[in-house]
Amino acid sequence: MSHLAKDMTPDVTWRDITPGCAIYEGGTSEAVQTGDWRTMRPVIDWAKCKQCLLCVPVCPDISIPVSGEGKREDFNYFYCKGCGICADVCPFGAISMVPEEK
Amino acid sequence: MSYSLKENVMRPERFAAGHRMCAGCGSPIAVRTVLRQLEPGDHAVVCSATSCLEVSTFMYPYTAWKDSFIHNAFENAAATLSGVETAYKALKKQGRLDDTYKFIAFGGDGGTYDIGFQSLSGAMERGHDLVYVCYDNEAYMNTGIQRSSSTPHFADTTTTPAGSVIPGKLQQKKNLTRIMVAHGIPYVAQTTFIGNFKDIAEKAHRAIYTPGPAFLNVMAPCPRGWRYPSEKLMQITKAAVESCVWPLYEVVEGKYILSYEPKNKLPVEEYLKLQGRFAHMFKPGNEWMIDQVQQEVDRNWQELLASCGK
Repeated sequence: MSHLAKDMTPDVTWRDITPGCAIYEGGTSEAVQTGDWRTMRPVIDWAKCKQCLLCVPVCPDISIPVSGEGKREDFNYFYCKGCGICADVCPFGAISMVPEEK
Repeated sequence: MSYSLKENVMRPERFAAGHRMCAGCGSPIAVRTVLRQLEPGDHAVVCSATSCLEVSTFMYPYTAWKDSFIHNAFENAAATLSGVETAYKALKKQGRLDDTYKFIAFGGDGGTYDIGFQSLSGAMERGHDLVYVCYDNEAYMNTGIQRSSSTPHFADTTTTPAGSVIPGKLQQKKNLTRIMVAHGIPYVAQTTFIGNFKDIAEKAHRAIYTPGPAFLNVMAPCPRGWRYPSEKLMQITKAAVESCVWPLYEVVEGKYILSYEPKNKLPVEEYLKLQGRFAHMFKPGNEWMIDQVQQEVDRNWQELLASCGK
């Protein structure tokens, strides 16, 4: 019986789950899409962004990736829940919140 | 080494996305910031008291923790971690473990101020080499905003509903940071999210790398329970610090150090008015509530200044 999260499908019964519900890998939540909770979508205007990075640590969903050169990249919309903290802290008005469309 | 936000956000994230905390929640911000202060190469064993954080980050088979994580009950995060830390020391002594492990417990205010208080106090007294981080959102948010001993005076919660019978919570907030200082442990700090996160990052690093027990109290606003629009989080923490409702300080080996002294101390209204849980305090005839909170904040601030030798 596999102990990996990807093999724990809804067909797996209680007889086959890991003892004590132990999980043998870290960070398996990354398979979970939380971006579909979003009602407002942050959009960045790269012309206004000065790469001050103040938006990066305030994100509760680790959805603002930083490159190896220390520059912020576009939002990770797979996880972003659209809380808007990043847009509120941006000193340059580079992030706007727009309604999410179907 | 001086602090750089760029260097800090380029460190590996040890808390994964895909957790089910609410949009705009303060607690994952606290957790990812604290864990980012671990030196690369060091491992962590994390334990969480029952809380929003525990139930939302560890839904089988999905874990948001990249380090080892122990799921346990409401009252014993500090006790569980004490045991693990002791086992680690024993294994290291026997030469069966070589790596460096750090032990970090996370609890909400319910699991720290109230239900987990005895195990926390015991772990601190026994001197285990661990850090206990309280993410303080000032009520039992996980079960539906019931008051805790951390809930501030007059806050409207589901068990202290403000109305014609009572004016919200009848008691003051317990000052847990000072209670932890009274344990005589090497490091205690109070912090929150401000600006470039220098304050919380440096305190978390110091807490993790101070030998012996350390306690970190982090104000982590809850948009749902405090009733404010989720994007205002950083405005609220700033107002809390500038009004001295939540002063930033640390206590190293018993010595108080004030981390930040506002140039112009804001009146408490500036903090209270941002949140729906205090809205009733602004109704005509309820000015006495704001006056009373101001007096309490002033008293705590004067006490803190005196402790810091100011």
